[in-house]
Amino acid sequence: MTRYLIRRLLSAFTVIAVVSLVTFLIFFALPSDPAVLACGKACTPDRIAAIHHSLGLDKNIFVQYADYVTGFFAGRTIGDGANAIHCAAPCLGISFHDDSNVWDTIWGRFPADLSLALGAAVVFMVVGVALGLAAAVRKGKLVDKFAVGLALFGISTPIYFSALVLQFFFVDKWQWLPAPNYTPITQDPAGWFQGLILPWAALVLGSMAYYTRLTRSTALDVMGEDYVRTARAKGLSRGKVILKHTLRSAITPIVTIFGMDFGALIGGSAIITETAFGIPGIGQLAVQSVLNVDLPVIMATSLFAATAVVLANVLVDVVYGIIDPRVRYA
Amino acid sequence: MAIELSPQSVDVNPASSFLEVRDLRVHFPTEDGLVKSVDGVSFSLEKGKTLGIVGESGSGKSVTSLSLLGLHKGSRARVSGEVWLDGEELVGMTEAQMRALRGQKVSMIFQDPLSALHPFFTVGSQIAEAYRVHHKASKKEAHERAVEMLKRVGIPQPERRAKDYPHQFSGGMRQRAMIAMSLVCDPELLIADEPTTALDVTVQAQILDLIRDLQEEFGSAVIIITHDLGVVAEISDDILVMYGGRRIEYGSVHDVLKAPEHPYTWGLLQSMPHLGGDVSQRLNPIPGSPPSLINLPSGCAFNPRCAFKDQVADGRCLSERPELLPVLDSDKHIAACHLTGDAKAEIRSASARGTK
Repeated sequence: MTRYLIRRLLSAFTVIAVVSLVTFLIFFALPSDPAVLACGKACTPDRIAAIHHSLGLDKNIFVQYADYVTGFFAGRTIGDGANAIHCAAPCLGISFHDDSNVWDTIWGRFPADLSLALGAAVVFMVVGVALGLAAAVRKGKLVDKFAVGLALFGISTPIYFSALVLQFFFVDKWQWLPAPNYTPITQDPAGWFQGLILPWAALVLGSMAYYTRLTRSTALDVMGEDYVRTARAKGLSRGKVILKHTLRSAITPIVTIFGMDFGALIGGSAIITETAFGIPGIGQLAVQSVLNVDLPVIMATSLFAATAVVLANVLVDVVYGIIDPRVRYA
Repeated sequence: MAIELSPQSVDVNPASSFLEVRDLRVHFPTEDGLVKSVDGVSFSLEKGKTLGIVGESGSGKSVTSLSLLGLHKGSRARVSGEVWLDGEELVGMTEAQMRALRGQKVSMIFQDPLSALHPFFTVGSQIAEAYRVHHKASKKEAHERAVEMLKRVGIPQPERRAKDYPHQFSGGMRQRAMIAMSLVCDPELLIADEPTTALDVTVQAQILDLIRDLQEEFGSAVIIITHDLGVVAEISDDILVMYGGRRIEYGSVHDVLKAPEHPYTWGLLQSMPHLGGDVSQRLNPIPGSPPSLINLPSGCAFNPRCAFKDQVADGRCLSERPELLPVLDSDKHIAACHLTGDAKAEIRSASARGTK
């Protein structure tokens, strides 16, 4: 198991390294120049060249990449003379836009990002699987139609629309909840929870459908398996047959999807929800950085997203081994 | 015991036998029509005795056995008739009542144990689970019981093997584990659905011996479902031959195998290789394939594949369904065929001459 894990982590590291290089190269293919943006309207070619030099953009692209990687592991000093800023390891650079330390910016946003992703993921996984299982057990009955209908409704409602509707009813009209916002859990747990209920709900509504439908179809397949018949033939109760014998097998493909979804959510794919409810997550940061042509932040958010997805998948592989004994020995 | 000659004359009294099945019908409505998987099957069985149910795939053997466990409840199958087990009628029972009997009073050894055992749970825990359903036992006690059962069915190092998963067992070991699981609650009726089909011959013999030994030990009634008449001859007291969801011949193994009355039974016997037979002699399969259970052939369901239908006057094989009638010199042997006793005797002696 340990060797397996080490192998998986090594390949994960390779993926992250490749992503960083590709992002770096793509940035230089972008049509806009950060120096022009930083320089403002009254700009001379000299001044642009000076900015290029201070940002390090006049160096060879691979030298720049090497500097970047070295900086991450050992720290580096960016710029020269009076403008020099020291960036300690792990250094992800200094924002072109506002000179802030990018590593600090990312970590500053991480708690909000994680709160949103984790809360929503747990709920849509649990509720989605429960609905899917209920639908499979009562196939063709009212519960099935309700679950499938709800899934279809959720999947076909865009989040920016459901976000507004939720906010209109729960905050403005009925005033059951405060306006959604992010309060750190360490500061005020109740405020953290209340502020995130609607963002979670909007995300859950949009993602649950996949879990409901996937669970329904795999559970129906598993119910046709011989070993489920054996479980019934032992005299096990219906609940045990479904929750133990059926769910245990049906959960495998759901874990796969969950790993990818959760990784992507952490990595900033909840951007619409973040924007609709004003949650300062990684997704928003990524979009802003692209608009600002702010390479260090673009790099950092890409790397962060890649790391999140890759680690979530390593985690999925470990969970596979726990669920399915045949994987453990492979 | 008396055999109901016509399925209509079902009486409502509890049976005197340990197991008595009366006019059992299991029908499945499908888009193509009503599939009559089991259509009016009756038989009885005493404790300590073994019944072999034989027939080709799709003859209704497995469906019959699943209905003895009430496993069609909650599905779309329509089950009618009566199944009396030790004075209780099973067809009319609720799922909850039936559940109390499953695994405890009636249990089943399924064919293909690789798919019948859950791949994600250890063998020991699956056996222990079957025990705990019906007994108030701690997990530890149930585990000890599981290990004891594995030892009983001849698995070496049972303590260690109990912690293994089904995929770590060999085919024969898996079938032993399956048997251990089905016997963990000392069932009074044990149904073995093709228990030796997936196994090689030496292991087959071991498994049959094991079932027989355990039957002697527990005094259970055993139903063994197979398409292998060799297995039946070895282990059974009675034999029920099914075709197209109906019984076509029923009697003691001695009577049926010594003097089979139905051309289908002849066909099954002839399609078996004989150990002492000539190697160059080809096997004699039954021509054609099993009938559709939605539209059975009119008259005798076997008539399209029967070589002797011309020997019956007026084409009755095609127009009139033969009744199950007692064979002259036996009180228990019954068969459904229009051929006269003389005609059968002649055919049998002719084929005996032909093969010698």
